[in-house]
Amino acid sequence: MSAAPPLLAADGLTRRFGGLTAVNRVSIDLHSGEIHAVIGTNGAGKSTLINMLSGEMRPSVGSIALRGGDITGWSQPRRARAGIGRSYQRTTIFVEFSVFENCRLAAQAARPRPWAVWESAARCAHATGAASRALEAAGLSELAHRGAGSLSHGGKRQLEIAMCLATEPVVLLLDEPLAGMGSEETERMLALLAALKATHAVLLVEHDMDAVFRVADRITVMVNGEVIASDLPERIRNNAQVKVAYLGEARRSS
Amino acid sequence: MPLEVFLVQCLNAVQYGLLLFLLASGLTLIFGIMGVINLAHGSFYMLGAYMAFVLAPHFGQNFLVMLLAGVLIAAAFGFVLEWAFFSYLYQREHLQQVLMTWALILVFEELRSLSVGNDVHGVKVPDWLAGSVPLGTLMTYPVYRLFASAACIAVAIGLYVVVNRTRLGMMIRAGASNRDMARGLGVDIRRLYRIVFAGGVALAALAGMIAAPLSSVYPNMGSGVLIICFVVVVIGGIGSITGALLASLLVGFVDTFGKVLPVFSQYAGVGVYLLMAVILILRPEGLLARRGT
Amino acid sequence: MANAKTAWLVPVAGAVALGLLPLVVTTYGQDLVMRIMVFAVFALSLELLVGTTGLVSLGHAAFFGIGAYITVLLSPASEAGSVWLLLPLAMLAAAAYALVVGALSLRTKGIYFIMVTLAFGQMAYFVFHDTPVGRGTDGIFLNLRPVLELGSAALDLGDRMHRYYLTLAALAATYALLALVLRSRFGRALAGIKVNEQRMRAAGFPTYPYKLAAFVLAGALAGLAGFLLAAKDAAANPELLSWHESGVVLLMIILGGLGHLRGAVIGAAAFTLLRELYGTYSIVGPLADHWQLTLGFTVIAFVALLPQGLIGLPARLRTARG
Repeated sequence: MSAAPPLLAADGLTRRFGGLTAVNRVSIDLHSGEIHAVIGTNGAGKSTLINMLSGEMRPSVGSIALRGGDITGWSQPRRARAGIGRSYQRTTIFVEFSVFENCRLAAQAARPRPWAVWESAARCAHATGAASRALEAAGLSELAHRGAGSLSHGGKRQLEIAMCLATEPVVLLLDEPLAGMGSEETERMLALLAALKATHAVLLVEHDMDAVFRVADRITVMVNGEVIASDLPERIRNNAQVKVAYLGEARRSS
Repeated sequence: MPLEVFLVQCLNAVQYGLLLFLLASGLTLIFGIMGVINLAHGSFYMLGAYMAFVLAPHFGQNFLVMLLAGVLIAAAFGFVLEWAFFSYLYQREHLQQVLMTWALILVFEELRSLSVGNDVHGVKVPDWLAGSVPLGTLMTYPVYRLFASAACIAVAIGLYVVVNRTRLGMMIRAGASNRDMARGLGVDIRRLYRIVFAGGVALAALAGMIAAPLSSVYPNMGSGVLIICFVVVVIGGIGSITGALLASLLVGFVDTFGKVLPVFSQYAGVGVYLLMAVILILRPEGLLARRGT
Repeated sequence: MANAKTAWLVPVAGAVALGLLPLVVTTYGQDLVMRIMVFAVFALSLELLVGTTGLVSLGHAAFFGIGAYITVLLSPASEAGSVWLLLPLAMLAAAAYALVVGALSLRTKGIYFIMVTLAFGQMAYFVFHDTPVGRGTDGIFLNLRPVLELGSAALDLGDRMHRYYLTLAALAATYALLALVLRSRFGRALAGIKVNEQRMRAAGFPTYPYKLAAFVLAGALAGLAGFLLAAKDAAANPELLSWHESGVVLLMIILGGLGHLRGAVIGAAAFTLLRELYGTYSIVGPLADHWQLTLGFTVIAFVALLPQGLIGLPARLRTARG
């Protein structure tokens, strides 16, 4: 746990869709070296929250700051280049490309040089280097030259994270990375998350409660768009309100 | 501009806009519900016009009966066309839909050429709709144009009633917002699509029949009006019938009054596209686009 | 299939073959091949938009026609214009319109984008067909074809052979340029945008400028094709900007096979030959009058049976056989 100022701080985020308030006055802090998990029932507003943090959706009210600087009005690409990486719940890898190319292309965003049409993209040292490192970290180096579509489901989810890492972010917004994984793949992913924690600020939205309690340093619980508790895992486990909200939901989703 | 001339231009603008609406409502329905882009929609308009040319001598003064007959024929044709051809397009990518329907235009034009030839034809207005009514002291206005507007308004009201007040309309709205949910509720999606498609064809053909005495009947008459129709749908928002109405009237006014401008009348045709450009800058999803589309 | 190292062999061989072709065909054949080459440039420009970036534009003929019209309109009446002036101007005018159309159209997606590009194409058609700008619905003619001066020598486009080789050079240059673009960072970014634009944004790419750049480049290359056509036919007419023409060029790249440069060239050749075929009495008899019908049915059958285009034909035959 760090006492340093948060790397990413969201304050009073609210998002309305017409008459519906999907997220209401949610504040959340992400510190480097920490995994902050967000759990909640379906429709609790977790996706909307992560969309606002990544920049895909503008908050109706509220502000977001990166390293103390206000980024509320920044577009998603701008935030990505500033160091906020995001993985998606439904896999968004480039299925037609090779595993390596997936990461190389993502890494290219940091040094895009679009006017240099005479240079081959494959020779871009910056992008190929970052891609290699990302694949190494995600444990996919041996599969680098396979087609991304040929990976197992777990492999694809790993690639999703690797693409995130290829942009060399400091903040990781991970949207249900464990979705649809078997037990062996889950172990691998949790080991990866534990390794990443040291050098990143991680937001983890997840349904898998066992995994969350194993790996999170802090847990925020959302119900109907609002935060009902935000605390250390042991205290959340014993929180009466949370237990009530989670009757029946606390089992691992199959 | 003297008041009476202004009034005449307004009436013309409304009449043109209403005819466009008939066409655009069919297009936006088919697109909004089935997600199919149909470049051949203008061909149905042409079909209607040629039907009017062929049927008018046989129906004589029974103009309304002829319109009804034409609508039924067009709907039947649409039914068959959907079953034989269009239903295969729903799963295809937009690109393939574009190509197939573009090819369909070629086929329709040739079939028309083979059956009725390439000449330009006029369609006579029945006697009870011929002539003009006085408008103020100086001008008169053709009765038929008033009839055309009235007919379109009647259809618009009928469309509103069907979509908002009938069971069919409820199924249409359900099918538009959530296909799977509608299916789960027991709606026969395939039959629904067929009905909607037939309806769209009938609307386009009706527009063609009503327009025939005004614009005469000629090859390729479908193409020009189709693109304006697309502009209407873009301005109004895909899937929104009210949007189509609003946009059609807007286009009607811009086009009609553009032509009477002192210096730029020759360039008036550009006006509609400039209107589209403005909407794209201010509200790219269309004026009344349905949320979640 | 050819691997990356020998991939350049086929296009180079093709260029050499085209270079030697005039020696063995009649003037009719040379004109036909020249027409194919012009449309190949046109098709390649659209391939960048549709095949590489995934932007289906139905108004691409506008840039083609603008290139042709600028060439004729700016040519002096009583002497040959200069290629050094007319070629860049044609491309610039086309690129300028592409910038405006692209900036507006790219604010939309999917079906809207298709309709909006169609509408802007139609607007350009209207301007050249119905207003004084186009000088009449029948089009305009060139008295003297432009000349390319190189020091003391000159390439006179009034000479058929000079025309042929300039067109071939333009086709080769366009192909080479696009091949470079496709393997460059810019090209890879466009490919990524086509597959998953959201993921590209999440990685940090501002996708709108990339798409706009592709749109403008495609427009400029279509303008080049327009220049070549005007030089070949010594004329420009409004139908070059029609949506019919936009449909034709789209059809060409799909016929040949989307996503491959050679597909655009093959498609242009196949379509042009088909159109000649269907319109020739000696081959199809009375059907020639109704070539649109035959063409329409062919297109439908084609899109239904061979979705990968002609390039996919060998693979289809292989799977059909075993």
